[in-house]
Amino acid sequence: MKHGLIRPPLEYGSGFPTLLRKEVLRFYKVGFQTVAAPVLTAVLYLMIFGHVLEGREVYGRLSYTAFLIPGLVMMSVLQNAFANTSSSIIQSKVTGNLVFVLLAPLSHLEFYAAYILAAVFRGVVVGLGVFLITAWYGLPSIENPLWILIFAFLGAAILGSLGLIAGIWADKYDQLAAFQNFIIMPATMLSGVFYSIHSLPPAWQAVSHFNPFFYMIDGFRYGFFGVSDISPWNSLAIVTCFFIAVSVIALRLLQKGYKLRY
Amino acid sequence: MHPAISIKNISKHYGALQALDDVSLTIEPGEFFGLLGPNGAGKTTLISILAGLVTPNQGHAAIMGADVQKSFREARRMLGVVPQELVFDPFFTVRETLRFQSGYFGIRNNDAWIDEIMAYLDLTGKADSNMRSLSGGMKRRVLVAQALVHRPPVIILDEPTAGVDVELRQSLWQFISRLNQDGHTIVLTTHYLEEAEALCQRIAMLKQGKIVALDSTKNLLARYGSVKKDGEGKTDLEEVFVNIMSGGAL
Repeated sequence: MKHGLIRPPLEYGSGFPTLLRKEVLRFYKVGFQTVAAPVLTAVLYLMIFGHVLEGREVYGRLSYTAFLIPGLVMMSVLQNAFANTSSSIIQSKVTGNLVFVLLAPLSHLEFYAAYILAAVFRGVVVGLGVFLITAWYGLPSIENPLWILIFAFLGAAILGSLGLIAGIWADKYDQLAAFQNFIIMPATMLSGVFYSIHSLPPAWQAVSHFNPFFYMIDGFRYGFFGVSDISPWNSLAIVTCFFIAVSVIALRLLQKGYKLRY
Repeated sequence: MHPAISIKNISKHYGALQALDDVSLTIEPGEFFGLLGPNGAGKTTLISILAGLVTPNQGHAAIMGADVQKSFREARRMLGVVPQELVFDPFFTVRETLRFQSGYFGIRNNDAWIDEIMAYLDLTGKADSNMRSLSGGMKRRVLVAQALVHRPPVIILDEPTAGVDVELRQSLWQFISRLNQDGHTIVLTTHYLEEAEALCQRIAMLKQGKIVALDSTKNLLARYGSVKKDGEGKTDLEEVFVNIMSGGAL
């Protein structure tokens, strides 16, 4: 080595772009598991439910398959956004390599933004994959792409935040699986992905209004068909409030170092 | 000039367990400092507080004058930590691991320095190998490299040679000595006391969360030389350590 190891001070920027890139590369490197597999799962849902419920109409004019496609796309976006943050955090905690991020001069905001944007990116990539494959069954109309983008982003960011919270809270994979299987999965499946809530009995319709995932799916679907179970503005207001709430909780946990810094 | 490390009245408890009890310590720039103690004495807790991984219940710590809590960005940029556990991210290669670590500190276009560190630690041939495929010794070298990517003036090594073979241990000590000669402040915890004796200018011994000895290596040996000597009349650090830990605190 020609020079000593101490050099003049370096110019430092933010660690956020690198953490974001690392989180994206993490799922990209195992793309079969993180992208291809969920796309296949969604296609299987479409094949089975589309076939069984063929001939039914929703909102009086849509074929069931056309109605189902946006729901499946959004469900894939949500589930994969959750999976990205939750699996990354729990794996890093269990293997111990989270220490490399914790040792770096990253603020809780930078940490949060990097993990959530990576989750949004994975959710959107999988959602796009589902959309492109299922389009083979009949491309749904796109009435208002802005609503689609807004609800996709907010939904993925919410589930990314929930994944972050679950990953931080869980001490072992079993606990994370419980969070995913007993909270996220039922809330997603009962959110109106497979049906319009108007087809439900009044009591279950009322219950559905307490499920925030319903508003994400309904608002997202509005972007395709220009018709939804409730006003997209109401859905946007509720989804935005939910996003703020989970973001505040996640940021607070990161700021306090809950189960990360002792 | 600020001390490299300043620790003032640090206490930390985990429930009923008092891990650190009113510890104060100052380490000057350029020192090679040994932090010794039996398992559970509080060494790793103290290091974790300096690294910002653990928040003390009481007291303050600073790296090169930057408070580890209030000015955490500055403090962490001044500090490189080699953790005790052999931890790694199984998704990435050695080069990717070092690039990411550099990027976390906000340093981009750092490849020339990364290549230099890898060359120095004999990692160049493994640069594009996945971390999973490396031997334990190679993983340990990567941990050292990760601690150096942002060129910190203060380096803490938490039992860096635990479980590594003699050859690697020797080469790591040579490398760490070189870092110290180049001006880095080194803080070392180890259970290899003969190496601490050979390398460290000053030593603190921790027992049950308290500093029970703090002096230059030379003075510690001289002070306890009269207590216990080997057959040739020369005291070694192991004897001093055993004596202090058995109750003969300074």
